[in-house]
Amino acid sequence: MSCQETRVLLHAFLDDELDPVRSLGVQGHLDGCRDCAREHAAHRSLRAALRDQALYFRSPQGLESRVRAALGSQGAIERRAGWLGAAGAFLRMRWAWLPAGAVAGLLAVTVIIIGRFGAPPPGPLADDLLGREVVASHVRSLMASHLTDVPSTDQHTVKPWFNGRLDFSPPVKDLAGEGFALVGGRLDYLAGRPVAALVYQRRLHVINLMIWPAPGEPDRSPTVALHQGYHVLHWTQGGMGYWAVSDLNENEMKEFVGLVQR
Amino acid sequence: MGPRAEQERGVARFEESVLPHMDSAYNLARWLTRNGHDAEDLVQESLLRAFQAFQGFRGTDGRAWLLAIVRNACYTWLRRNRQQEVTTEFDEEVHTLEGDALNPEKLVLREVDSARVRQALEELPAEFREVLVLREMEGLSYKEIGTVVDIPVGTVMSRLARARGRLQRGLTSRPGEER
Repeated sequence: MSCQETRVLLHAFLDDELDPVRSLGVQGHLDGCRDCAREHAAHRSLRAALRDQALYFRSPQGLESRVRAALGSQGAIERRAGWLGAAGAFLRMRWAWLPAGAVAGLLAVTVIIIGRFGAPPPGPLADDLLGREVVASHVRSLMASHLTDVPSTDQHTVKPWFNGRLDFSPPVKDLAGEGFALVGGRLDYLAGRPVAALVYQRRLHVINLMIWPAPGEPDRSPTVALHQGYHVLHWTQGGMGYWAVSDLNENEMKEFVGLVQR
Repeated sequence: MGPRAEQERGVARFEESVLPHMDSAYNLARWLTRNGHDAEDLVQESLLRAFQAFQGFRGTDGRAWLLAIVRNACYTWLRRNRQQEVTTEFDEEVHTLEGDALNPEKLVLREVDSARVRQALEELPAEFREVLVLREMEGLSYKEIGTVVDIPVGTVMSRLARARGRLQRGLTSRPGEER
């Protein structure tokens, strides 16, 4: 076997993909040719280097349990109520917003019912219900092309836009330098009043930050809740109530909130 | 068998034949995106998508099947977020096999530290990076790699040859040289 032939077959030889006859041919050539043997040895040591365990990325803790939980609940919900379960499962996938409409619609109905039967009592339960309302609003904002009323990355454009539309002036920060780009602002209706919704983006993830006055309430540090696979962080600061919601992971959400609070 | 039992059997079959390959899925996504957060998102997304499609899966190789879904998701992500990487010069000509050979500077690598290998591998175009990850880290056969990447077996071989040649050059060039 010539050097040229050997070089062509060397990789298949290295990978055990050669038939026995040609494999013997390559081996015979390598035994008698220093150059080709050196080439072979170089690739073998490269292989050993690539198989170093330090280069292998094992899946992070929690990923498997999250997937199993999603699969389990998907199975259970689908058994319980066909289309609702399917919509819930789709909602967890951020590329399919259309069926999410069904869920958002249901949540909206829930909200309306609550509205008709009076305000929920204050406390954790109220926060929980409001958290769900915030998620519904977040989902709605992503569905129709109604993410922003004022699309702008400039805080000095977004903030004045709310003048005359709200009876308060929401603090608007541009966090593009920290990796959370301001996308714009929107007028939303939550907890029975118009509120400011600021829209930020982190990679493909959209973050909605809802702000409205909480007169007389003391400052409270952020609490984290998970609704429908969305992280919802709530805190009060300087007489304003804040809700941040996104499908972004918890750590980056906390980072975001830390930047807003600063 | 009722629909409920069938459903449970489907979940069990999925957990048995696809979920054990989560590490492989993550490793591939991590090397393609070069980013932990996005890799995690893409793997989770791919697994749920795989579950939806699982009813139609009749094959026996759950790993190659899952890796193909993960790879597609990663390339969609790359095209959206790293456009310049997917359009790097990439020609499939086999004739460069000879060009890669007999480089006098090519040394047998002894004790290469993994940080350097990692960097050199990260700097390869995605098409070269993925065949090396699939072959050397996952131990896939040419046929399996062909299934995941959707190319013929002969192309798998030539692509691996070029990938190894470029990785060798990346490792033996002095730091700062070449890129």
